Amino acid sequence: MPVADVGPEIALIAGAIAALLLAMALPQRLLGWCLVPALAALAAALLWALAQASEARLTFSGAWALDGVTLWARGMIVAATALCLILSPGWFARDRRHGEFYTITLFSALGAVGMAGAADLMQLVMAVLLSSVTGYVLAAWHRDWALSVEAGMKYFLIGALANALLVIGVILVMGMAGSSDYATLKGADVSSPLALIGLALIVCGLAFKLGALPGHAWMPDVAEGAPVPAAAFLTVAPKIGAALALYRLAHLFPEVEMLRPLIAALSVMTMTLGNLAALWQEDVRRLVGWSSVSQSGYALMAVAVADLAPRALPSLLWFLAAYALANITAFAVIAHLRGRTALHDYRGLARTRPGMAAALIVAFLSLVGIPPLIGFTGKLGLFIATIDGGYAWLALAAVLNTVASLFYYARVIGPMYFAAPQEARPETLTLSSGVAAMFCAAALIGLGIFSGPFLGDAVDVMLRP
Amino acid sequence: MLTFAILLPFAAAAALALAPLSASAARATAIATAALALLALVVVWTGFTPGAGFQAVQEAPWIPALGVAWRVGVDGVSLPLALMSGLLFVAAIAWPMERAVNARQYYAWFLFLEGASLGLFLTLDLLIFYVFFDLSLVGMYFLIGRWGHEGAQRAALKFFLYTLAGSLLILLAIIALVLATDPLTFDMRKLIGMQPMAGMDLRAGLILLGFVIGFAIKTPLFPVHTWLPPAHVDAPGPASAILAGVLLKMGVYGLVRIPMQMLRETFATYALALGVVALISILWGSIVAFAQENLKRRIAYTSVNHMGYAVLGVAVAGSAVAGQEAARDLALTGAVVEMVAHGLITGALFLIAGAFWARTQEYDLGHYGGLAAPAPRMMGAMGLASFASLGLPGLAGFVAEVQIFIGAFAVWPWIAAIGLLGLIVTAALFLGMLQRLFFGDRLPALEGLADLTRTESGILAVLLALVVLIGVWPAWLLEMIAASAALTFGGG
Repeated sequence: MPVADVGPEIALIAGAIAALLLAMALPQRLLGWCLVPALAALAAALLWALAQASEARLTFSGAWALDGVTLWARGMIVAATALCLILSPGWFARDRRHGEFYTITLFSALGAVGMAGAADLMQLVMAVLLSSVTGYVLAAWHRDWALSVEAGMKYFLIGALANALLVIGVILVMGMAGSSDYATLKGADVSSPLALIGLALIVCGLAFKLGALPGHAWMPDVAEGAPVPAAAFLTVAPKIGAALALYRLAHLFPEVEMLRPLIAALSVMTMTLGNLAALWQEDVRRLVGWSSVSQSGYALMAVAVADLAPRALPSLLWFLAAYALANITAFAVIAHLRGRTALHDYRGLARTRPGMAAALIVAFLSLVGIPPLIGFTGKLGLFIATIDGGYAWLALAAVLNTVASLFYYARVIGPMYFAAPQEARPETLTLSSGVAAMFCAAALIGLGIFSGPFLGDAVDVMLRP
Repeated sequence: MLTFAILLPFAAAAALALAPLSASAARATAIATAALALLALVVVWTGFTPGAGFQAVQEAPWIPALGVAWRVGVDGVSLPLALMSGLLFVAAIAWPMERAVNARQYYAWFLFLEGASLGLFLTLDLLIFYVFFDLSLVGMYFLIGRWGHEGAQRAALKFFLYTLAGSLLILLAIIALVLATDPLTFDMRKLIGMQPMAGMDLRAGLILLGFVIGFAIKTPLFPVHTWLPPAHVDAPGPASAILAGVLLKMGVYGLVRIPMQMLRETFATYALALGVVALISILWGSIVAFAQENLKRRIAYTSVNHMGYAVLGVAVAGSAVAGQEAARDLALTGAVVEMVAHGLITGALFLIAGAFWARTQEYDLGHYGGLAAPAPRMMGAMGLASFASLGLPGLAGFVAEVQIFIGAFAVWPWIAAIGLLGLIVTAALFLGMLQRLFFGDRLPALEGLADLTRTESGILAVLLALVVLIGVWPAWLLEMIAASAALTFGGG
């Protein structure tokens, strides 16, 4: 059993433990130093993952897929976690349990990576559960603030139900197909009604982590109530893991007739509902939360055409990267502005904090998909794959939703750039959060212009089994 | 050279956005940049051989796996439009700001918009075309919203939403069109040569529909023109001039370049329907304009009318795969001349309208009267531009419209006959507007209204001199367009 195959994951665990031990030793005002072992662990995980870049095989008796998808999941989740953690020392500066935040976030990242890399239904359940339990804690971190507790509660209740459905689904599929590992399941007969119900339940369970219908309701509350660094993390990392896990599932059963229509229907409903709900939000964090629901819908487009279009998987990966970067940029700006969240607080920001306003505008335009930002190339890939796969109507639905989404992003952008400022220069968090926001915004532009290789061969990933 | 003309404004825009320049330094930088970009285009023009396909071509890979590359080049359709845009940008940037706030950002956005507009006309790659198409929306959105008048935010948002819907439809159509090629290529020249949709019925029809709706929104044609009047009314004068003069042309140019050239067969099948829509726009635009009491709204609706002529010309030109070549040539040439002429004329009209606003903060025609005495230069410029717009012989508008109508008479006589009514209404509405502005009783508030300043008159003189030049000696422009090549080879 080659332990090194999960080296990056072990690095995350080691980092989590190191941060916890350090947190026990340090006085409260120095707890921000726990960031150091956490970042070191993330860097080690990234390097280790890159060292395994050319691998494409199953390991651990077929329970873990060491392939291109896992590589990308590790890369994206590790990078996203690092960016979220950089926001944390300032945000939690006066929090007494500050140090544990890094530990729990790293464990949560581990859960997200585990979902993407799982090549066995049981392993998938483990990863989902790990990601969920840590997620509840992160969402309810500010335990004396009602909104945070509410977010944690909602996340927990929906999560408990969704995870139960997932487990039942796994049991049904295992029972009917006689196996839980993907290599055996690939092409297995799952046409019996019970197995089909099981598959549908698994999709529902993963939809919860993805933030898609029918398990989406926690997303806006977590975005609003969770600490901003945790909100950035929870709207991004589990989504990457769940989207890739769903893709693996769709890839296992390309012949099952109900799977694609189910996912396509979830995709349309998710993007539409997310957008409609975001339209009149007066709270920017909630608005971003609903917008990330709708973005889950776009991600599902690629899952719906899995194996039908040759570019479905690369376009999904690049879209997820684009989404993650833009969403983290938006949350980094919000964090840097000390979590200010009411829409009218953003009036005239372009004159008081031009850098932050520009970063937020770039992030939102990237989420809309305006070229040459990275969000454009992400959506372009999705559209190409969906039309190529014969789901042109899904692309048309996404286009209509994109137009609708511009409306609510513009409700923030417009007053921010056009209106006169309400007050003096708003207070900001720390230098590092500002730098993180500007760095992400620059990456949105830079990676967008230079995304050529990523739409091409650089993302010709291998998928096992 | 073309790449330089596109990237220079972007670079200058970035510099203006970041460097702490004073308002006058920002203005000087912006004018110099726009003039340099125009100069680069003129240099390309001097080396241009009419009718010899795409020239001054440059290529650099961008996304090789999808067949996307930085490809620029000009032919007889795009070169006149790019030159006109370059000139109009110099004029709009040199025109004094209406509300002198945040000059640096104002000029930065104008240069950003210039880069996007020139890029759109000069690129030979469909994806880059789309990129610039979208960027032009972003630039215009911020210009209208930030420097416009009271309802500007609403108008800017309506403009952005409407045209983004159109542009995304175009994106889907582009993808569907390109997916028919193997290996994938977004190269316009290859797509024109390949005619990838030839012989496909339903799919080609849907793709054409996507393009036509998308470009119709931008052009704009009836019934998707409703974003235009508020955007114009609330935009600052120079932004209006660019919106009418340059951005509307993107729609017609797109129709020529993509559906007409790349989907020749399908376009010919549905050309009559497009012609009818153009006819409705001609009539609707002129009649509704006639009823407007707001100066800018009135000019805005005449744009719907004039773009109707241009689209009619395009529809006639693409109406058959073979036959009637002479008439179709004439119509296409007319359409391109109409675009250039409309850009210069309406650009001038909107700049003058901006001058009115700068002096009185009022667009209501009822507010004006008897301005002939205090503002003779204004009357001269407005009069000349209006006569050109209504198609007086000897001016640019006439050259364009006469060719479009001769072409249309040969192909669909009844459409041309009904369309002529639009000319009469347009004449009436412009004459009525001139009369109400400059003759009759003068309100006391208008005593001592300042005439055009030297800068303003100079800018208008250049634009209107070209209008007269094209009117009396159009040969150089017609030769540059050399439409026949665009029809037969498809690459003109």
